[in-house]
Amino acid sequence: MSPLAVLTLWRRELQRFFRQPSRVAGAAGTPLVFWLFMGSGLSGSFRLPGAAGVSYLQFFFPGTIVLVLLFAAIFSTISVIEDRHEGFLQGVLVAPVSRGAIVAGKVLGGATLAWIQAVVFLALAPLSGIHLTLRSALEAAGVLAILAVSLTAIGFGFAWKVDSVQGFHAVMNVVLLPMWLLSGAFFPLAGAPRWLAALMRIDPLTYGVEALRGVLYAAPVAAAVAITAAVALAAYACDLAVTRGGRVD
Amino acid sequence: MVALAATSADARPASAAGAEPAVEAAGVEFSYKGRKALSGIDFRVAPGEIFGFLGPNGGGKTTLFRILATLARPERGTVRVFGSDLADAAGLVRLRRDLGVVFQSPSLDLQLTVRENLVHQGYLYGLRGADLAARVGKALARFGIADRAGERAKKLSGGLRRRAEIAKALLHGPRLLLLDEPSTGLDPGARRDLSRTLDGLRREGVTVLLTTHFMEEGDRCDRLALLDGGRIVAEGSPAALKEEIGGDVVILTGPDPEALARDLAARYPELSPAVRDGAVRFERERAHEFVARLVETLPGRIEAVSVARPTLEDVFLRRTGRALGAADAEDADGSERELAAGESP
Repeated sequence: MSPLAVLTLWRRELQRFFRQPSRVAGAAGTPLVFWLFMGSGLSGSFRLPGAAGVSYLQFFFPGTIVLVLLFAAIFSTISVIEDRHEGFLQGVLVAPVSRGAIVAGKVLGGATLAWIQAVVFLALAPLSGIHLTLRSALEAAGVLAILAVSLTAIGFGFAWKVDSVQGFHAVMNVVLLPMWLLSGAFFPLAGAPRWLAALMRIDPLTYGVEALRGVLYAAPVAAAVAITAAVALAAYACDLAVTRGGRVD
Repeated sequence: MVALAATSADARPASAAGAEPAVEAAGVEFSYKGRKALSGIDFRVAPGEIFGFLGPNGGGKTTLFRILATLARPERGTVRVFGSDLADAAGLVRLRRDLGVVFQSPSLDLQLTVRENLVHQGYLYGLRGADLAARVGKALARFGIADRAGERAKKLSGGLRRRAEIAKALLHGPRLLLLDEPSTGLDPGARRDLSRTLDGLRREGVTVLLTTHFMEEGDRCDRLALLDGGRIVAEGSPAALKEEIGGDVVILTGPDPEALARDLAARYPELSPAVRDGAVRFERERAHEFVARLVETLPGRIEAVSVARPTLEDVFLRRTGRALGAADAEDADGSERELAAGESP
């Protein structure tokens, strides 16, 4: 695998992102609006079971950062479909570059963008009443990096297989958004009906949200981080298989 | 194989005779969604040759192009490029360094500048540093886009984009350049550009293989294969292909073309006149003398006469019974385009 090819594909993702102001604005704006309106609106009406003294705005904050990651990952994986339609991808496919390098460049590029956006959002933590220390901020950045790779890799696998942006929207609505809704980002696992709690436990994103919440509140996170990292690796391995399977290599 | 045997000798550059062919295909078959897109394709391209595949959309050109570009694998048969088999996955990365590919749909990243596009391309082909910078500078100058190098590709006109595409494909110095419908969508000026570029490549000894449905573009090739319905129906130099028509092509218009064709066929059965697009068409040697007599023999029946040297269009018509430009609404057309937009199935 050529590191030069990975680097150039990674760099292109960043160049493209910062040249499309609408993408920058959309990536930052939507989760901010979600958090502010939903968090504020629900804060007054709901008491969180087992989390006395935590406002909903504060509870919802880590979940919102994960939403930032999810949106960023979705946008960058949609670029796989755009690359295919605009013709750029065919130029890469005929170059002397392995499929592994294409996966690495696209997934790491998308994950880098998602991570930057999430870290910027993380800086707003004090506004929600979460006190950041240097240590918790660095740990959170680390967890976000793993989650960014995981979510981008999951999106990439679907985007490679799906032909159209419309098709990807279906995947987004049926797979990616429910993954987020069930991850404990929006409502806590404790107090959920049993059937829902079961779904939440098999949702891989649950452990990512748990890890992020854990580092922000200095709770133990080793198991959640390990599961999140395993999911990221598995998704990445799936991408490698999907790009090779049944196609000319 | 018959066409190959009959034409392999003519119009091949003498210096290349006996050399290893640049491209050699034997018995190539490919199906797409249960429909045969290619049914047994054989051809050889000599090094330094400009070789064209001329045929209507849906004739199999795009499928063949994707196979040559290493994006699809033939179901049957073999394709060798400079002696290496395209089916040999281990040699594919090395082989791709010898290939330059210009797709019909652009592969430029429109958000990036022209220069950035070229630099990215260089990195993908393992070029870097001073060598890459020199190549980018040369490519920009050669294709007359140096003054636009800092602009985003989306700001370029269609003709300039095509130049940038070709500059990109040639950056790493490929030995074989593949072009899919290179003059489609270009204005006459940009087409002249393209043909000058091809002449330059011929002088440099780069082998060029292109697909086209324009007979003018076919005329500029050293050798041509006419592709229809997934088969090669004729192969040879443009001149040799046209010679087989023997004489001129005559087109008559009149108030009742059907009746005119019937009367002509009755009087001159050897002409086998046919009605196409409301005009009577036949081939005949020394047609100008014949036509003068004909107009006198059939007063009032003929309104206009055209006598012309045969074109590749006429060759195609004779071989397939169909016009080259006729857009065929067959399924094969749609499936080929679908194949072009997606990836190899």
